[in-house]
Amino acid sequence: MKIARDASHASGAPSSRGQAKLARFSLFWRLLSQNLMAMVGLGVVILLAVVALLGPVLSPHDPYAQDLAVRLMPPNMSYWFGTDELGRDIFSRVLHGARITLSIVVLVAVIAAPFGLILGCVSGYRGGWFDLAIMRITDIFLAFPRLILALAFVAALGPGIENAVIAIALTSWPVYARVARAETLLVRSANYVSAARLQGASSWRVIRRYVIPMCVNSMVVRVTLDMAGIILTAAGLGFLGLGAKPPSPEWGAMIANGRQYLFDQWWLATMPGLAILFVSLGFNLLGDGLRDAFDPRG
Amino acid sequence: MLSLKFVGQTLVIAAVFLGPVNCWSATPTNILVMAKSLDDLITLDPAEAFEFSGTEIIGNLYDRLFEANRVGPGEPTPSLAQSWSVSEDGRSYEFLLKEGPVFENGRPVSAFDVVFSLRRSVILNKTPSFILSQLGFTKQNVGARVRAIDARRFVLETDRDYAPSLVMNILSSAMTSIVDREVVLAHEQDGDLGHEWLRSHSAGSGPFRLHRWNVGEYVMLEANHEYPNASTKIERFVIRDIREPATQRLMLIRGDIDIARDLGPDQIAALAEEPGIATWSAPQARIFYMALNQKNPILALTQVQLAIRYSIDYQNIVRHLLPGRAEVHQAFLPKGFIGALKETPFVLDTARARRLLIEAGHGKGFSIKADVRSDPLALQIAQAIQASLAEAGIVMDLQPGDGKQVLTKYRARRHDVYLGYWGPDYLDPHSNAAAFARNVNNANDAVDKTLAWRNSWEIPDITRRTDEATLVRDPSDRAEAYRKLQRSLQTNSPFIILFQERALFAMRKEVTGLEVGLTADQIRYERVSK
Amino acid sequence: MTDLQRNSIGSKKSHLSQQSAHARGNAAEPALLIRPSFIVRLGFCITRVARALASIVVTIIGLLLVTFMIGRVIPVDPVLAVVGDQASPESYAAARAEMGLDQPLLVQVVMYFGKLGRGDLGTSTLTRRPIVEDIALYFPATLELATLATIFGIILGIPAGVYSAARRGRLPDHVIRIISLFGYSMPTFWLGMIGLLVLYAKLGWIAGPGRIDILYDGMVPTVTRLLLVDSLLAGNFRAFASACAHIALPSAILGYFSMAYIARMTRSFMIDQLTQDHIVAARAKGLSEGRVIWRHALGNAAVPLVTVVALSYGSLLEGSVLTETVFAWPGLGLYLTNALLSADMNAVLGATIVIGLVFLGLNLVTDAIYSWIDPRAK
Repeated sequence: MKIARDASHASGAPSSRGQAKLARFSLFWRLLSQNLMAMVGLGVVILLAVVALLGPVLSPHDPYAQDLAVRLMPPNMSYWFGTDELGRDIFSRVLHGARITLSIVVLVAVIAAPFGLILGCVSGYRGGWFDLAIMRITDIFLAFPRLILALAFVAALGPGIENAVIAIALTSWPVYARVARAETLLVRSANYVSAARLQGASSWRVIRRYVIPMCVNSMVVRVTLDMAGIILTAAGLGFLGLGAKPPSPEWGAMIANGRQYLFDQWWLATMPGLAILFVSLGFNLLGDGLRDAFDPRG
Repeated sequence: MLSLKFVGQTLVIAAVFLGPVNCWSATPTNILVMAKSLDDLITLDPAEAFEFSGTEIIGNLYDRLFEANRVGPGEPTPSLAQSWSVSEDGRSYEFLLKEGPVFENGRPVSAFDVVFSLRRSVILNKTPSFILSQLGFTKQNVGARVRAIDARRFVLETDRDYAPSLVMNILSSAMTSIVDREVVLAHEQDGDLGHEWLRSHSAGSGPFRLHRWNVGEYVMLEANHEYPNASTKIERFVIRDIREPATQRLMLIRGDIDIARDLGPDQIAALAEEPGIATWSAPQARIFYMALNQKNPILALTQVQLAIRYSIDYQNIVRHLLPGRAEVHQAFLPKGFIGALKETPFVLDTARARRLLIEAGHGKGFSIKADVRSDPLALQIAQAIQASLAEAGIVMDLQPGDGKQVLTKYRARRHDVYLGYWGPDYLDPHSNAAAFARNVNNANDAVDKTLAWRNSWEIPDITRRTDEATLVRDPSDRAEAYRKLQRSLQTNSPFIILFQERALFAMRKEVTGLEVGLTADQIRYERVSK
Repeated sequence: MTDLQRNSIGSKKSHLSQQSAHARGNAAEPALLIRPSFIVRLGFCITRVARALASIVVTIIGLLLVTFMIGRVIPVDPVLAVVGDQASPESYAAARAEMGLDQPLLVQVVMYFGKLGRGDLGTSTLTRRPIVEDIALYFPATLELATLATIFGIILGIPAGVYSAARRGRLPDHVIRIISLFGYSMPTFWLGMIGLLVLYAKLGWIAGPGRIDILYDGMVPTVTRLLLVDSLLAGNFRAFASACAHIALPSAILGYFSMAYIARMTRSFMIDQLTQDHIVAARAKGLSEGRVIWRHALGNAAVPLVTVVALSYGSLLEGSVLTETVFAWPGLGLYLTNALLSADMNAVLGATIVIGLVFLGLNLVTDAIYSWIDPRAK
């Protein structure tokens, strides 16, 4: 990427840490904003956030209000996405569901990613028996069918979206630990890390100041790309009746319910399905764009 | 989509290489294929089977002494039995067998086989054994109390003078199916009375024999043309294990299956316009009910129970969610049983429910948790009830779970509210009365975990009345005893009976002759043709 | 979306990115130029395999311990699942003792490992058949489906990924990326049901659910339990055609997801490779673009690609509950889910061992291939 290199040359040597950060960010943002697909992805994610925030204001109907007399209505002027098997407005439910989806995604990102990141960095940096133990544990988790693991956790903790989130988080940290470890192994022997170590920095300080920041970028990319998988795992638990509790308008649960109506009342499963598709595409496009922007060469 | 192109190419290649082989045609006329979820099928030994699929298949592989009356309520009709007499004291029955019925290998059915089969069910002591042993049989005494006189006659002695209708009804249940003593004993291992072998084989005198059972795929039955009154032209009756209703529907339209068993009301409605497909429904004995755990002090209040009864929109749920699939029913005996109560006094009346809650001191409402199986229909019903309870001020939080998980919790009495199905184990009113209206010991470690026990409902007086009803020998008096019990439970009990189920069938128009009784073991294939 | 495969694909990218990071680290010198002797290569492979085998044993033991713990925390009474709702206390107690559940957990674990040592996986409490028999029934169905799907995935995914990388940022790239992103984000059952509706019910191009037409079932002698292979071995071409017609759609749908993943990863590796100095050098030397892309870049990307394919194959071999439900396919995913929900722990343990072994075995094969191609790998 020619432009990228030129840009970094042109900016010259930064005079302060803050300025360096700012310069790095402006370069990053320039790269990202040039990528049309990534901007589309970012737009989708922002839209999700806005809808999650304003969903209750935007929805034309109460998402829980049943009216059996108008059940299974095709999309029309008063019910834009049609109604479901209990006569609830699907459009309002999809809007309300955005908040649930966003909270799943954010919670997993907040719980699993940092945990995996720190464990992976420490494991990769320390090496030795600690590394060996952590790697065996991640092996065990990775060799386990992931949905089964989540299923078992949910079965043990009880149904409900909070527990589903915990279960998904519990099953996804090993991935992040592995990614972080792999990055750490590359960074560990880098000159600036050795320099910091020679200056007498403690292991923890080295990990915190030099290793983790190097891994954060790839972690952000990975988490963004995984979002689709996380949403679909939540939906899978919903499908087995172990995700969100009815009447919650969680998208996966809505799809699972609509499955039996797919041939005659296609809108029941298709509308929340499109929502998942849309958001997953958004996260994936953004993830791709982030990767390109973080790593201009590759 | 790239993969579709690939499928197309694969098919073209297959077609070129294999010529005009139409390997995906409709079923041949001498094979009838039925699609049904067999996820509950674990055994085909009559002494062990207690699941819907298992007892249904066993019903077609074996004969019993009596057949439930499929026309209407009343005494069962004799099947292998020709005649019988009851002693003066009402405790000794002597049966005479019909001449003619033979097992699948041609050997005539004798009283020795009957006695062996009944003793076997008691001695093996598997899940359904209580049905027979409640007449006073134990492993120790069944040898003396059930005995053959000669090849066509045998005696059965009960411990009390039970109503003859109870005895006849028990002897029509799937677990009393008559097995071929010689064949079964020839396959005995370690004194298991042939149990291991019979789990996946048949040795009966019914209209079909088991040809092959491929777990997870299908059960194939072969017609026994020697069977008296068998009018079927079908050589093979195949039950395919198709778990997804939508898949069943496509296969039915396509003609790959002749009968679909698991379609929901909306799918059935959609098939109405499909040419070549007929749909119908038949009443079943299974009821859908709501149980309130009496360990919860609020749910123990009679006014609260009544308020909940008035907060459910029975009519609209049936009309919109369960058309053809259920009807409103508010007593613990299903229609078709002796003494079933047809009155449905409760309708949605939110104002009245609110008044009752104020009377009970809970005018501001309260919150409860409800456990429900996560199957689509149960969840729809539960959500509809949830919405109408909310109108009255009761917040019901749904806790969906897999069937076994919900059941484990229910049996441990850890629920507030349980929403689910109950199917009688045999076609006698005592089957349900013993579940809903009998609780001998309400302690946590009680032996009898009846539904009344599960809801911690202490009812010494009602328990006594339930037990007495088994001894009323006059049929109309017995029916009246059960009607009284039902009326008493209808207004004052932790049970809110909501609906009686119907089974929905969708089949190719040319298929005729499927007979459907109230319980799974009364679904018969012997007159099916197409 | 319940299907395991994509979630697991997501979960198993780790190895891959480890290796891609590695590949990137090594990229300064083109790996193709190094040609160590056969003996050195063999030596590397053997030590690697030995070390990996040891870690497999540790991992399997860990897997089993975790599974035992899961069995403990699931709030389902396994005895109840067997004897039913109406069991008498005696038959309940008898079943409980028969299942060994009256023993303390530690004793159960020790007993299980003891039996496992003798190759006995125990008996399913649900089907009451030996687990080995159950798995021999369900696993081949999954194996057949997963193998075919992976073949589809490779045939379509790798060229798509290479092409996409070569045309980076242009229309073909966007189209391929969107197609594979769809594969990532679409619930399988939705695609499966629509596929059945259109191709089976409306057009009649393919056969319906199940593994083979009921007419042919039982007519093919069981050798490998893979119907496609068995029917060919028996020379029964009609049965083979029927099996093909049945497997076409489910394998195409799973193949689509496999393709989506493989194409995506291939693109990513190729982009990594195409910006490397030696590729730039190769171009500068005047090698044709086709040769640069297919020979040099793809040759170097082959290492991490093997891992990707193995991971995708491994996750398909776990079985997928939803695809199996929709297509009435008696596979491992359905078996494992049912077993777990009934607390049939012997079955869960058995299936976990099989899936764990498949996963670890594929890792091993990948590692061996990896160290064969590039002996410097640690």
